[in-house]
Amino acid sequence: MAAQKQDLLAGSVKDAAVGALVAFGLFAMLIGMKTDVSIGGLSIEYRWSAVAIAVAVVFVGRLALNLFVWKSEKPVTAMLGGLVPSQSSASRFGHLITPVLFVLAVVLPFLLMYFLGSRGSRQYLDLAILVTTYVMLGWGLNIVVGLAGLLDLGYVAFYAVGAYSYALLAQYFGFSFWLCLPLAGILAAFWGIILGFPVLRLRGDYLAIVTLAFGEIIRVVLLNWYEFTGGPNGLSGIPRPSFFGLEFERGEGGFADFFGLEFNSIHRIIFLYYLILVMALLTNFVTMRLRKLPVGRAWEALREDEIACRSLGINTTNTKLTAFALGAMFGGFAGSFFATRQGFISPESFTFIESAVILAIVVLGGLGSQVGVVIAAVVMIGGFEFFRQFEEYRMLVFGLLMVVIMVWKPRGLISTRAPSIALDRKKAKGISADLVQEGHG
Amino acid sequence: MSRWNDDPVLRIEHVTMRFGGLVAVNDLSFNVGRGDITALIGPNGAGKTTVFNCATGFYKPTEGRITMKRRTGEHYLLERMPDFKISAEAGVARTFQNIRLFGGMTLLENLMVAQHNPLMVASNYTIGGLLGLGGFRKAEAGAVDRAKYWLERTNLIDRADAPAADLPYGDQRRLEIARAMCTMPELLCLDEPAAGLNPRESAELNTLLHYIRDEHDTSVLLIEHDMSVVMEISDHVVVLDYGEKISDGTPDEVKNDPKVIAAYLGVADDEVDQVEEEVGL
Ligand SMILES: Nc1ncnc2c1ncn2[C@@H]1O[C@H](COP(=O)(O)OP(=O)(O)OP(=O)(O)O)[C@@H](O)[C@H]1O
Ligand SMILES: [Mg+2]
Repeated sequence: MAAQKQDLLAGSVKDAAVGALVAFGLFAMLIGMKTDVSIGGLSIEYRWSAVAIAVAVVFVGRLALNLFVWKSEKPVTAMLGGLVPSQSSASRFGHLITPVLFVLAVVLPFLLMYFLGSRGSRQYLDLAILVTTYVMLGWGLNIVVGLAGLLDLGYVAFYAVGAYSYALLAQYFGFSFWLCLPLAGILAAFWGIILGFPVLRLRGDYLAIVTLAFGEIIRVVLLNWYEFTGGPNGLSGIPRPSFFGLEFERGEGGFADFFGLEFNSIHRIIFLYYLILVMALLTNFVTMRLRKLPVGRAWEALREDEIACRSLGINTTNTKLTAFALGAMFGGFAGSFFATRQGFISPESFTFIESAVILAIVVLGGLGSQVGVVIAAVVMIGGFEFFRQFEEYRMLVFGLLMVVIMVWKPRGLISTRAPSIALDRKKAKGISADLVQEGHG
Repeated sequence: MSRWNDDPVLRIEHVTMRFGGLVAVNDLSFNVGRGDITALIGPNGAGKTTVFNCATGFYKPTEGRITMKRRTGEHYLLERMPDFKISAEAGVARTFQNIRLFGGMTLLENLMVAQHNPLMVASNYTIGGLLGLGGFRKAEAGAVDRAKYWLERTNLIDRADAPAADLPYGDQRRLEIARAMCTMPELLCLDEPAAGLNPRESAELNTLLHYIRDEHDTSVLLIEHDMSVVMEISDHVVVLDYGEKISDGTPDEVKNDPKVIAAYLGVADDEVDQVEEEVGL
């Protein structure tokens, strides 16, 4: 017994020492030396104490993990296992939380106004609008990635197309938001088809890379086509949406005047919140309906096995295109909302990181799960904003969170798939994610 | 002449398939008779699956012609059609040697996907379905009925709402056949449907195939290794070896063909040991 302990200790120390050595090799350069601007050119600043701390952390951390988790007979993590919700309870949780979230979303502005007043709630309403926009984007992308299993890394391109469509149509033709909204969606869908046509014969990694490139191309074009898009200066003075023709303005004929309210700039914010909420819910509604229609089933079948689909007479190219176009369309809607809310857009807002964040929301939430997307968007975007003061550590925490979730629940938070049709609705159960394919492009 | 030459559903004429230097199928011609169960047999690597892949559009044959003649009298040149149209228009359905089900979807969903094309039309290419028009709901109910019918036929109705990946192997094979039948084919191509089945399941399969042929007016082309299955159920047997046809006829004719005996059936059970000794196994 004692000898065994001795062995364990010696082995662990050895392993930790090796880890520390590797860490030293890495950190000596990465942390230990820092170039600095000084008189007469660059100079190197040495920071050996920081390296020592990093190496020590690795050594101690690895030793502790060895002793208590990896080599121990009773790993500490086993106790944590009980905290992980089981498959069935997770799906029940999903069922319960949907109506709660819905009601909360509907009454949120009133709650905020009641408790915080119009001054205090403005900040939170802005955040809620942002989160809801991402929920909508996540739902849009979920059609492409979650249902059809096509990995799209350039989704932000369609968001940009939507935003610029509205801004440009408004600028050149003076179209109103309500006219531009469908146009922006159609244009984004059109670009989805243009991109999809050559690209969708690619699979998996290749598809991911090309869509990534497409996202960048759109951004670079917007950046460089100065005469048309304003280049890096962006477009400003984008008109605000009206409420059935009522502008949110002070004075006669405005929204507040018409309803006999006292003018308050918060009205417009609340209106924007409900606008994006309705748009997002519409996205969800359409997606849920499509899942139960032949197209939606074909998308999911495509994700499961493309060859089998073709043997059943399904035109896979068209099916993929519809998924792509539809996802793009919702991205376009969200984009024109973004433009009208900001009143100003520039290519800055449509960088790759946006695509990554939207994809992360979909993946963390659980591919194909609508509620999962909501939870992931609230946690991620809300978290981002709340920890704004810790700017520097945000990405670190974000990365850690991703790793933790992927280890803990590799298929995302809500990972059961509900059958789209059943003979016996009551007996039909959710399908465990282990059986569901992720798609190969 | 034999009846498969009088009224063939499928004619394979001078088909050659090369993969680089490898000739997987060499100048192969045979007919599949309407209303027959035709078996394509041959040793491993003989090129049987390749013939299937050519006939169902997954490979484009290097040379040759494959013609499907439907009941209506229309001819389809399969080697020129994209794979999905062969199922959708020419009425040829197939299964795969390594089963390809939609594992994360329920049995019912699998069979609904198979009825994609008619349902798509009924849903006015999604628009009508999205608006919830009555025509689509009726068509969907009809599709569910057809799916139920085939689930009952294949003894899978109890598990209609279970994911396909959870089924035991034999059930998966039957589900794949049910799914192919849901496309309402005129020719059903089965790649080793009896592989891995136990004797009872194998017997059930025979009944099912006869039922499909007789009650649904569907011709069957199947690849099979198990000789007992082949001899029992097929009306017509084609034997392939190294990509070439070495025999073609009724089961009895093929069984007694010296070429086939030499290439394939020649070694009876009691001689196996002797032969293995000779080659040093
Ligand atoms: N896509 C391909 N590329 C290259 N060679 C191939 C391809 N498909 C099949 N082949 C080759 O063609 C030959 C015939 O293969 P095929 O799969 O048709 O045999 P089979 O008769 O179905 O055998 P089995 O009884 O093992 O299923 C084999 O030598 C195989 O390696
Ligand atoms: Mg084969």
